[in-house]
This record gives sequence, C-alpha cells and structure tokens, in this order.
Amino acid sequence: MPSGLFSGFMVSTWLQGSIMAVVAGAVGFFVVLRGSSFEAHAIPQGAFTGAAGAALIGANTLLGVGTFSLLGVVAIARWGRRGQHDVVTALWLVTLLGIGSLFLSLSTEYADQTFSLLFGEPLAVSSSDLLPTALLGAGCITVVIVLFRPLMLSSIAPELASARGIRPARVEVLFLLAVGVVTTMALPVVGALLVFSLMIGPPATARFVTDRPVRAMAISGVLGLVTVWVSITASFWSNWPIGFFVGTFAFVWYVMGRCVARWRTRPRPVAPLELAGAGSR
Amino acid sequence: MSVLHAIFQPGLFSNSSVQDAAVLGAVVALVCAPVGVFTVVRGQSFAGHAFADVTATGGSAAFLLGVSPLLGFVVMALAGASATELLGAERQRGRDLVTGVVLGAGLGLSALLLYLTTTTQSTTGAAVTVLFGSIFAVSTSTLPLVIGFGASALFLVGLVYRPLLLSSINPDLASAQGLGRRVVGLAYMVALALSVALSALTIGAILSTALLIGPAAAALRLAKSPGRAIAWAALIGVAATWAGIVLAYDSYNWPPAQQGWPVSFFVVSLVLAAYLLAQLTGRRARRA
Repeated sequence: MPSGLFSGFMVSTWLQGSIMAVVAGAVGFFVVLRGSSFEAHAIPQGAFTGAAGAALIGANTLLGVGTFSLLGVVAIARWGRRGQHDVVTALWLVTLLGIGSLFLSLSTEYADQTFSLLFGEPLAVSSSDLLPTALLGAGCITVVIVLFRPLMLSSIAPELASARGIRPARVEVLFLLAVGVVTTMALPVVGALLVFSLMIGPPATARFVTDRPVRAMAISGVLGLVTVWVSITASFWSNWPIGFFVGTFAFVWYVMGRCVARWRTRPRPVAPLELAGAGSR
Repeated sequence: MSVLHAIFQPGLFSNSSVQDAAVLGAVVALVCAPVGVFTVVRGQSFAGHAFADVTATGGSAAFLLGVSPLLGFVVMALAGASATELLGAERQRGRDLVTGVVLGAGLGLSALLLYLTTTTQSTTGAAVTVLFGSIFAVSTSTLPLVIGFGASALFLVGLVYRPLLLSSINPDLASAQGLGRRVVGLAYMVALALSVALSALTIGAILSTALLIGPAAAALRLAKSPGRAIAWAALIGVAATWAGIVLAYDSYNWPPAQQGWPVSFFVVSLVLAAYLLAQLTGRRARRA
C-alpha cells in the first residue's frame, strides 16, 4: 500500500465514493428496470453546466451540480415524454454542454477544469461536502425503501399500480429526484460523462445474474462499491483519470453478466421425460 | 456603417484562419444537410448522437499519435457505424443499455488517451479541442481531406437518394419492391459516419449532434418536400456556422477576459435558436 492512499484528505474521497456507489446501485436498479437510461444520461450532462457555472463564479461545486440536476428533473418531469423528445432534447442537451464550455473558458483554469468535470477527479471531495452528501444519500435510500413497492409496481405493471391508487406521475418525479441526487453526489468524483456508466453498469449486470429485486439491488450495490473502490485506488496509483476505470469496469461487468446469463440459460442435456419443461426459460 | 463595422471587425475577412474556418463550416453544413434530413426522418438521431460520443475516442487517439484528428474521427465513426449495422439487425431488447455501456467505455478510454496526451506532449487543451472543437484551430492542410470526405458522403447519398427516401418514409413498401435494403442502409450509415466525423472536427465530438440534426430538424418544420428541406437545412447550417465564426471573432473584445468565447458555443446556440424559431413559424403557419 503506498502511503497516502488512506491519509487525511483521502478519507472524504473514500467515504463519499462509498456512499455514492451504494446509492447509485439502488437507484440504478430502477433506472434499468424502468428503461430510464435516457434520463440517467441527460441529467448528468445538463448538470455539467451547473458545475461549470459554479467554477466560474467560485461557488461550491456540489451546489451548482445540485441546482442544475434539480432544474433538469423539473424540465424532464414537465416536458418529457410529450412526443418527439428525441431531437429537441438532444439539441437542448448539446446547448447546455456548450454553455458549460463557455463558462469554463471564461474562468481561468479552462483545460484542467473541463477535464476533471467531464472525466472525474477523486480529490474533488472536501470534508465539508461530506455531511450534505451523507444526508442526501440517506434521504435517497429512504425514498427508495419507502417507494419500493410503488416503484416496482408502476415499473412492471403500470395499470395495476394505478388501480391500487398509486399515482404514476408522483412516483416518477420522486424517482427522477433520486437520479438527480445520485448525479449531484457522483458528478464531481467520476465526471459528468461517466455518472451514467456508474448508474447503469452494475445494475444491468445484476439483472443478468438474478431475477429477484432485492438480491439484484444488493449485487448492484456491491459491484458499484467494488468499481468505485478499485477505481479510486487505481487512479491514485497511476494518476490516470478515474473516469477511465469507471467506464471500463461498467463495460467488463456488463460483458461478464451477459456470459453468466448465457450460462444460466444454456440448454442442458435432458432426459426424455424432462423435455416438456425444458423450454420454459 | 458603424454598426457594420462593429459586427464585422477589421481584419475579419483577411484573417487566414477565419477564411479556412468559413470554408470548413460551409462544407460541413452542406454535407450535414441531406444526411441530417434523412437522419431525422428515419428517427435515427440517437444513432447520430451515439456515434458522436464514440468519435471522441478516435479524436483523442489521433492527438496521442500525432496524426490529424479528422482521421481519428472518421475511423472511429466508421467503426461505430459498422458495429451498429451488425448489432442493429437483431434489434434486441435493452439495446439502449448496451449502447450506454459501450459509450461509457469509449468515453472512459478517451479520458485516458487525453490524459496520456497531456502528460507526454506537454500540450494542454487537447481535451477541449476534441470534445468542444475549435474551428479556428483546423489547419489549412486538412481542408482538402475535409472536402474529399464531404464529397464522398454527398456522392453516397446522391447514389441511393430515391431508394433511401422511399425506405425512410415507407419501409414496408421499399422492401416489397425488392430494393437492396442492406446496400441502401449501409450507404446511408457510411454517409452518416462521415458527416458525424466532419461535424465533430468542426464543433467538437460531444457537440457535433447539433450541426448534424439541428438544421435538418428546423428545416423539416419549414418545408414539406424533401428537396426543399435539404435546401433549408443547408442554408440554416451555413448561416449558423458563419454567424458563429463572426461572433467568436468579435468576442475577443468582449468581457471578462478579452480572450474570446468558444466558437462552438455560438454555433450550437444559434442552431437551437433557429430550431425554436422554425417551430414557432411552423406552428403559426399551421394555425393560419
């Protein structure tokens, strides 16, 4: 172990990284289940502008990212899913990224800031950010636990959910808020372009491995933790950008998950009497 | 007169990098117009967006190897196109998850390549150039290459124009007529990849979607026939890039630091403005 990996200033990185990995795993499970990968892609990209704006006016990064994640959530909840969101949203997203690049070019450390906001910076965490992060993370986990049944039901069987008196719109907004919170915590550390990988890589893998929701969430949380811990260590050692490790890990997990899924569903040699049940999966 | 002077600052037209930028912008906008119209009509904006993000890896690799970024963009966009063509055929469920995971890996890899570039070559700003572009930084020697790739893309689209139009508007009819759908699709994909690469060179890999689909989407709100839509898209694209270049040149005198605002910011904002304006006009025309 090289000295410094667990020294004072790294402690906050480890803590924030662990909190964000667990929360991203839990929320990501629902991102994959609901097929909301577009939202999970759009909110971090929009939040990049907030981080850049905060860098320009010298405000706290967490505050800038949080504000813009919230704006993104409101915008998607208000205008999303009203047909042809394809082109319009793509244009808005790209314009937000352009505004972010403008903010950064107006501030002094253009190239460095751009790089760390897009691709992550493990040392971006200061100890004063820990308390808000922990509170946000706890709030997020509470929302997931309280909303577990409505979220499951409205993701799998929307008609049944509304028959039981669950309001899909309200559930959706709370869910988007959770995505916004994950973005706020993860963006400064893993970068705007890689939050998405952290949020869908582990849960998508977990879904290949098991069909049970709680077990899938647990696996996705563990995979997220391993990803973040190994990425922080490797980035600390090699000085390479942390986003590279996060993106690569998400990819490796996913490929492994597909292999496991193929192995689980492989055609087994069966005795003639068993043939009737062989096609069920 | 003084207003004209304020807009077109002295030295604008004699500046050689402004001239190169104007040629580059015009060529790219002209190529993107037909390809973009087909992309929007076929509902494949997401494919265009995905290619664009992946090309960042190629651009970063080119920087590391010291070759022209355009080559990196083109190679990577073509690789993305072939992968999409191979995988897209089966249209499996959860395709956006696969795309997302692959995109993440590609972006992570470009982070590493860009980092290695900055450490080995002591050039800063490669990240900004690849991701957000800088039309003024494109060297004059790249221009013939840009024109060559652009002409190839236009040639491909022209070659399959009719069957492509038919298969975009009515896939069932097109396949019933026994057209070589595979060939048409492939020609379109190659043209799309070339346009994405050119657009990435002009305004940056992660912003390039704007130039590809923005003018086309605006044009489709204004015009009914495909030919007219392509003409409108070309007009809007050229206008946005040229106006962006002029504004960026002006912005060297602007606050806060007098170091110029990024060109890509202007181009992207103008494209969005054009789209919103077109939407407004289109809606009013329909109501009347």
